[in-house]
Amino acid sequence: MFRRTEPTDCTIEWEGRALPARAGESLAVALLAAGITSFRETPVTGTARGPLCLMGACFDCLVEVEGAQNIQACLTQVTPGMRAGIQHGARGFVDDAA
Amino acid sequence: MSVADEWTAAKDGAAPVAEKVDLLVLGAGPAGMAAATEARAHGMSVLVLDENAAPGGQVHRAVEARLPAKDDQDKDGAKLAAAFRASGAQYRPGATLWAVEPEGKVFWSEAGAARSVRAERLILCAGATERPLPIPGWTLPGVMSVGAAQIALKTSGLVPEGAVWLAGQGPLLWLYAVQALAKGGRIAGIVDLSPPGGLRRAQPHLLRALKAPEYLWRGLVWQRQVKRAVQVIPARDLRAEGEGRLARILVDGVAHPADLLLLHDGVVPNTQVTRAIAGLTHGWDPVQRCWRPGLDLWGNTAVPGVMVAGDSGGIGGARAAALSGRIAALEAGRALGRITTDERDGRAGPLRLLRDRQLAPRLFLDAMFPPLPEAAIPDETVLCRCEEVTAGRVRQAVALGCLGANQTKAFTRAGMGPCQGRICGPAVHGVIAAARGVQGGEVDPFRTRFPTKPLTLGELAALAG
Repeated sequence: MFRRTEPTDCTIEWEGRALPARAGESLAVALLAAGITSFRETPVTGTARGPLCLMGACFDCLVEVEGAQNIQACLTQVTPGMRAGIQHGARGFVDDAA
Repeated sequence: MSVADEWTAAKDGAAPVAEKVDLLVLGAGPAGMAAATEARAHGMSVLVLDENAAPGGQVHRAVEARLPAKDDQDKDGAKLAAAFRASGAQYRPGATLWAVEPEGKVFWSEAGAARSVRAERLILCAGATERPLPIPGWTLPGVMSVGAAQIALKTSGLVPEGAVWLAGQGPLLWLYAVQALAKGGRIAGIVDLSPPGGLRRAQPHLLRALKAPEYLWRGLVWQRQVKRAVQVIPARDLRAEGEGRLARILVDGVAHPADLLLLHDGVVPNTQVTRAIAGLTHGWDPVQRCWRPGLDLWGNTAVPGVMVAGDSGGIGGARAAALSGRIAALEAGRALGRITTDERDGRAGPLRLLRDRQLAPRLFLDAMFPPLPEAAIPDETVLCRCEEVTAGRVRQAVALGCLGANQTKAFTRAGMGPCQGRICGPAVHGVIAAARGVQGGEVDPFRTRFPTKPLTLGELAALAG
């Protein structure tokens, strides 16, 4: 799908798995570079979805970052050790309160 | 030290926000950077809100990280960014504007907290978004836009590799192919969906286009370079298929393995914010088939104090955008009494001539690449990706008496998801117009409302703090 032409300098955690990344790049790009295409499951039909635009418009790259839901991966900069995972359906309010 | 200088000196995001500023610029693409730089030259205090992490917009994305600049586009961008950084304008990256109230009160979110400022004048430089190219299966992971792949290339050096296909039409598709190949990327093929007869359609505009011959020359060179390295398949029908992710594409019924499909059908002005401002009029552009704000030659909208520059006022490209930004800033300077009308006219004259030259090839390009017809979109194709509404359901709604995009929301929920119609807007609008058999200008666009981006209560609460 994609191949990196520049070196990585840190790792992030996606769904509990360590992935190489570059600090400061967008989380969405780091995931794509690691071959991840499914970022979320849609609230309407629960089907897998990945990013379309990478510029903050499409909201198809919504993920969970450090426990916060509905985060646009394309507008989130990678920090070393960042933990992220799939956004399942709509944002859950119960989880937030916990 | 002026207020603006103090802000610039404090570089971190915690820098204070003044209560008032002369000029607020939205976006740090070519138009926004140029507008801010010009305004600072005439002593205005300037605040620039940018959703991205660094100046450049989409066209000059991450340009400061690619120095020294190699190609013309990067050289233009690097020059604009350097002048902008040195201008003394306060730059706030990672800032998402979500409301503009009367009297110039502007709200935005930054690092999880909402903020506000009152601005005497606004220059909105929100740029362009890619026109959606809805095909059956385009919601599968592994289908993205060409612009997205270009962002991945510019920001992190990601090149295409494996079964990667480009499909659609327009200058950006060829430019990305050139850039990706030059960096060692591999492309399996290009599905050219442009309507045949492009050169014949465009020929009447050739003489005018030759006022800025570099555009046409570059286009020809790009196509020749790419066609030497990549197969180009002219086609009418394209589908994406796979279980849970893209596995193959069907080109006029012929299957090809695919793990990445990049779609493109030109760009349209980003009018998400201008459409939400009460009283700000928009007009239908029948050639580029898009809505654009009604502007005078300076960039003034119908709302006093609110201006628009760059591609969000009509597609003209990066160089025209930068010139529009400077022209708008001169008018803002006149309106605020920083320069006289004569001074504005004297300085803007040469800029306007240069802008006319940059815009000269547009009619040619528009005729070459007319947007693909929405009437041809198959019924099963998802239009609204957020609410998963198909073209067939929108057409059913029209058959039931739904006349416009806003009514479609009530009938189908199309345009009511988190993207607020940013992606599907042109497609839903075009499908309705085609189904009704009327011109696009006769169908209302999606009405947008503030907040124009989703906002959490936590962010909002910061305003009370």
